[in-house]
Amino acid sequence: MSRLRADRLSLRLRGRTVLRGVSAEFAPGTLTVILGPNGAGKSSLLACLAGIVQTESGGVILGDTSVLDMPASRRARHIGLLTQNADIHWDIDVRALVALGRLPHQGRWGRSAADEAAIDRAIARTDCVSLIDRRARQLSGGEQARVLLARVLAGEPEWLLADEPLANLDPAYQLGAMACLRAVADSGIGVVLVLHDLTQAARIADRIVMLHDGEVAAAGTPAEVLTPDLMARVFAIRAHVGADEAGHPLITPLARTV
Amino acid sequence: MTGILKLNISLTVGVVMAVGLSLMAGRHWIPFDEWLSGDLRSIVILQLRLPRACVGVLVGSGLGMAGAAMQGYLRNPLADPGLFGISSSAALGAVVSLYFGYAASALLLPIFALVGAACGMGVLSLLVGRSGSLTLFTLSGVILSSLTGALTSLLISLAPTPFASSEIVTWLMGALVDRSWDDVRLALPFTGFGMMALLMAGRSLDALTLGEATARSLGIDMRRLQWLMLAGVGLTVGSSVAIAGIIGFVGLVVPHLVRPLVGSQPSALLVPSALAGALLVVLADTLVRVLPSVSEVRLGIAMAVLGAPFFLALLFRMRSEIA
Repeated sequence: MSRLRADRLSLRLRGRTVLRGVSAEFAPGTLTVILGPNGAGKSSLLACLAGIVQTESGGVILGDTSVLDMPASRRARHIGLLTQNADIHWDIDVRALVALGRLPHQGRWGRSAADEAAIDRAIARTDCVSLIDRRARQLSGGEQARVLLARVLAGEPEWLLADEPLANLDPAYQLGAMACLRAVADSGIGVVLVLHDLTQAARIADRIVMLHDGEVAAAGTPAEVLTPDLMARVFAIRAHVGADEAGHPLITPLARTV
Repeated sequence: MTGILKLNISLTVGVVMAVGLSLMAGRHWIPFDEWLSGDLRSIVILQLRLPRACVGVLVGSGLGMAGAAMQGYLRNPLADPGLFGISSSAALGAVVSLYFGYAASALLLPIFALVGAACGMGVLSLLVGRSGSLTLFTLSGVILSSLTGALTSLLISLAPTPFASSEIVTWLMGALVDRSWDDVRLALPFTGFGMMALLMAGRSLDALTLGEATARSLGIDMRRLQWLMLAGVGLTVGSSVAIAGIIGFVGLVVPHLVRPLVGSQPSALLVPSALAGALLVVLADTLVRVLPSVSEVRLGIAMAVLGAPFFLALLFRMRSEIA
């Protein structure tokens, strides 16, 4: 499987420079978390990686092909994107919604047995079996988030990019979703998440990319990146970095420094 | 899937039965065994009522499918095929021919209307360019619609004779009176190609259920979708206005009638909406013909009169879900 690489990526949106020469490399089978203050360009970086935004300069390279030059359906088979607060506009069946993830794979005449099997696997994997007979808009926010995660997984992408997949989930389902994403990464898929919660990021990430003002402020393992110094510089906060029983960092913001 | 197939089959049977009924009904009731009697009655059936029923099927199916596709594309249950301004451009074309009194051939008016629709589609594609932006597309349509509507009103107010202006106003109400096989032959290819374009857009419309960004990440080409929608809605709506005038409510109501039966998935709605639209228009046209009024009630008016309470009842039932 091939690596996904952002190469000196610059992006302007509505006259504002959102990303400035961002380079980052993502490896299959690892879980990378993109962190940063609001407006640092996290979601934009994710959209660039998914190939759905035209960049100003630089590019995103999957293996040795530029993602933007790939045919859209081929790109969609490789890279799955879960957007932030995704709306479900029509009240369709949960299974039909999960099946949308198979669109890039489907032939002209509908879904094959392999498609159906992939849908079933995704539903089982995200703990959605009990929701299968319901309508998507009758679900609670947390249930919708799980069904939408199942939608991406149904596409069986090599890369899973998710923007705030833990928002709207109660703590139990947050832990469930984190375990699910971990399992996805362990099965060889490259996972890239945008998160806000520093402790969650520290717990789940293999690697962290910290963005600040559209530039990479730091990248590395959680222990390397999540230092009090860097948090003071990027978030302008004073933070206490402790450790839980497993040795993962526990980060508690204490005060603003400005 | 089989549920949708069953519904499509029963709707098709319904359309065939409605056409049969509409052939029998009218000022003179002509039962089935007299259709091919070879005298005046079979001329009435073959040259008047059958082409009229066929026009009804074309108009209803085109508007029904265009409405379902529009609602899917804009992700808005209130969208109507008239929103892109194609129907008012086509109407403007037809009104121009009425204004100048071109009556050399019965086909001139529909041809003017088609030219109007084509101009509307051309202006829209110029305005929207290659952006693929849904907001830009809708806004351009709204602008086009109000501009052509204003020009139509201008022509009515400037009409050379009171007769011309009343002719324009009556035509704008939409009807299937005095349609011939020529009208069917003119509209059939346009409606057919338009519906094909809309069917090709079905899968992209499904993907739009999850929003534009997700749809693009699923490999949907928004520009291709935009062209398909422009061609599909333009051809179906343009040809229906050309042969029947403006008939409202069908495109708006029909998808709502079908949704409880097949679910809300946009692609699954397209074919049943076309069939239900055809059924509705043919039935309503049969109704206006048998109503004991001095001159026939215009179909466009009848549609709105029937459609509004029906829609209200539907809203009433849906209120608990929406609120």
